[in-house]
Amino acid sequence: MTDIPNAKPDLGEVVLAARNVAKSYGQIHALKGVNFDIHRGQVTTLFGENGAGKSTLMKILSGVIQPTAGQIILDGAAVAFDNSTDARNRGISIIHQELSLAPNLSVRDNIFMGREIMGPGGVDFAEEERQTRKLMEGLEEDIDPLTPVEELRLGQQQIVEIARALSVDSRILIMDEPTSALSATEVEVLFKVIRDLKSKGVSIVYISHHLEEALQITDHAVVLRDGTMTAYAPRAEIDLEWFVRNMVGENYDLGSPPGGYGFGNVALSLRDVTVPDPKGADFNVVDRFSLDVRAGEVVCIYGLMGAGRTELLETVAGRLRASTGEVVLEGLEISHLTIAERIARGLALVPEDRQRDGLVQTMTVGQNLSLASIAAFTKGLFTQKKAEQALIEDSIRKVTVKTSGGGAAIGSLSGGNQQKVVIGKMLATNPRVIMLDEPSRGIDIGAKAEVFKLLAERAKQGLAVIYSTSEVGECLSIAHRIIVMHKGRISAEFDSTVSKEKIMAASGESVAA
Amino acid sequence: MSDTTISRAATPKASFSLGRLLLEGRAFFALIAIIAVFSFLSPNYLTVGNFLIMASHVAIYGILAIGMLLVILNGGIDLSVGSILALSGVMAGAMMQGIELQALGIILYPPVWAVVVLTCVLGALVGAVNGVLIAWFKVPAFVATLGVMYVARGVALLLTNGLTYNNLSGSADLGNTGFDWLGFNRLGGVPISVLVLAGIAVLAGLMLSRSAFGRWLYASGGNERAADLSGVPVRRVKITVYTLSGMLSAVAGLVLSSQLTSAGPTAGTTYELTAIAAVVIGGAALTGGRGTVRGTMLGAFVIGFLSDGLVIIGVSSYWQTVFTGAVIVLAVLMNSIQYGSRARKG
Ligand SMILES: Nc1ncnc2c1ncn2[C@@H]1O[C@H](COP(=O)(O)OP(=O)(O)OP(=O)(O)O)[C@@H](O)[C@H]1O
Ligand SMILES: [Mg+2]
Repeated sequence: MTDIPNAKPDLGEVVLAARNVAKSYGQIHALKGVNFDIHRGQVTTLFGENGAGKSTLMKILSGVIQPTAGQIILDGAAVAFDNSTDARNRGISIIHQELSLAPNLSVRDNIFMGREIMGPGGVDFAEEERQTRKLMEGLEEDIDPLTPVEELRLGQQQIVEIARALSVDSRILIMDEPTSALSATEVEVLFKVIRDLKSKGVSIVYISHHLEEALQITDHAVVLRDGTMTAYAPRAEIDLEWFVRNMVGENYDLGSPPGGYGFGNVALSLRDVTVPDPKGADFNVVDRFSLDVRAGEVVCIYGLMGAGRTELLETVAGRLRASTGEVVLEGLEISHLTIAERIARGLALVPEDRQRDGLVQTMTVGQNLSLASIAAFTKGLFTQKKAEQALIEDSIRKVTVKTSGGGAAIGSLSGGNQQKVVIGKMLATNPRVIMLDEPSRGIDIGAKAEVFKLLAERAKQGLAVIYSTSEVGECLSIAHRIIVMHKGRISAEFDSTVSKEKIMAASGESVAA
Repeated sequence: MSDTTISRAATPKASFSLGRLLLEGRAFFALIAIIAVFSFLSPNYLTVGNFLIMASHVAIYGILAIGMLLVILNGGIDLSVGSILALSGVMAGAMMQGIELQALGIILYPPVWAVVVLTCVLGALVGAVNGVLIAWFKVPAFVATLGVMYVARGVALLLTNGLTYNNLSGSADLGNTGFDWLGFNRLGGVPISVLVLAGIAVLAGLMLSRSAFGRWLYASGGNERAADLSGVPVRRVKITVYTLSGMLSAVAGLVLSSQLTSAGPTAGTTYELTAIAAVVIGGAALTGGRGTVRGTMLGAFVIGFLSDGLVIIGVSSYWQTVFTGAVIVLAVLMNSIQYGSRARKG
């Protein structure tokens, strides 16, 4: 090993540091004595597989949780944060991996929650609104400050979360997977903002599972594995080879679309599906959309945020109603069926927003995994414990969930592992057609490869897959056919030999040089 | 356990923290404490006879509380149970007194079993109205059941003109005797009402822990959107729980009027609050998704044994109110400690 952890060349003053920080949850040791430095005016990227302890470390550094052992050093002096407000007052703010917004409140109120600007006659809403507008301009996002957050798409909510952290003017900004729901254009804007902050001397910690993305902005990289720090390197020494060696131990090739077999009959057929805006605005989010997917075929739907992908998939799944058009599943028109009936006929959706649509927080990991297939282990009146247990264990193994067992609370899993539970839950229904809406959000490279392998295997056995993503690379390595969606319509269709640039151009995206 | 678990075989080493145990079994320990204190204060408390009498009092609250638990697990609330109880009692009373069919000029005296069945159907129907209002018309549960609470109470008052039906024992000539069986008879020394409660509790417990419906209920109470997308028929679940709650209120109404051999339109006032209290003391979360029948039963017994104990040792009923309130606040406090410690994470 040439990378000795913590044998760091001193590239700028350390503003915040963790010394031998450990955190245990009962028997579970999330962090086992970690040293970590944040340098003034620089970006440090934290890599690590799902459940490695990244979020835990960041929550400790920002006062959200307290370490079981070790010290936090701020500007050379040991400190203990009572809570996140305490840390915020000392200039540290955090963008959480799981969004922490109040859905019923407006964008403005969320951004200033807990630190409202007071005027002579109470809260100065006008000033708050003005500042919110400015923040949104800075992020090049067209979001009205008075919109309730629940009406925003997931990516937009992530923007609000980012804006809230930016509005504090902190010296140290921690970003826990800030780009997981953003598309390429928005990531570009965020990076511009980050460079700008850097030049003002703000120190940044950045967590991502996306190497290429992180390499664009990072100055240092640190790898965390199973609660210990396993590698450190400055930017100049980081390359794919370093990453592979330290992160995953093998070079995961996400590969190319599964081949060597022929497609079957049309499994899912959409005819002129039109979906009006669910919030009641006067336009169609999906506009006369037609698509045939054959058994065994993997179709990728690529598009920017707001292209109508989520609405399309939710309509096919039965959550939203189409105003016109037909949805035909294996020859049967299913527009009138309930979600449950569609699942029973083999149509499954892995939703985009795991917190809101994917998981039941009050249930265990196992109960979440088996939720969509209760009928499969119910005989007569009662559920069969053994059959359920078998199904749960099978799912945990297949999607490689890192957990102490099916009985663990779902909230005790790391973000990426929660995502795997949502995927595993729908795969357990043994679908004939599966739709995945940004399924790779938050999962590490190894897990992504695992999921791709699983999908490829099932596709060979005749599963039809619709994979919606805003990452071009994913399309190219899984899909036989790539559909680009723009403003509710198909704007282009390619086979798997197309170039990234062509796909991005068709989506209405300005291709970054 | 999965083999992807990295060196973390969860060997729950019997690290019994006393605080944890006390917190999780709090309703049970509270019940033990109540029994111990009152046994010490009054020699009459700790006798089999007294226990059975207290248990038959608990039966009414207990039956209501089980219905309430189902509703609360769903993330809702049912304020109408006390009124449905009264309305059902009054309807049963009216049927026992005979239904006059003016057109035919005859008076019908349905047999007791028919009275019981019809009353339960009535309760279920009123409950279903709650359910439909909430599930289909999106009226908030608090408001819908508050409305139904007033309407049901009003109808009960209208039907009786504010008076009480006093003679419910029927007569042998008319073939409708036996109404007091529910409230007065015993099987093997145990009051029928207690057996009814036990039966309902066992059925509800099985339903929650072993049936698909139970799983649907916990899921839709925990996160309705996620449950919906996983194929849980969330509307059907909702209507079902309110219907069951209404039906159980009718059962409680039958038991109560049978115990009193009278049925009045003001019976059961504020019983909905007692039922909610029992559910909360039993550790259920008012936000939905968490709670058990066992806990709720313990909660009902805590309230019942406490208030009967205070009567037995001769404490004024004003103090009873204070004590009951204090117990409720304490219970909610502990709930928030228990669920608060499960930090949400990301
Ligand atoms: N509240 C908790 N109770 C029990 N275990 C927990 C809790 N919070 C975290 N853990 C465990 O600590 C470990 C580290 O979790 P953490 O969220 O820090 O991972 P992560 O590196 O952020 O992963 P991801 O990439 O999936 O976000 C995981 O194994 C997780 O299961
Ligand atoms: Mg994390």
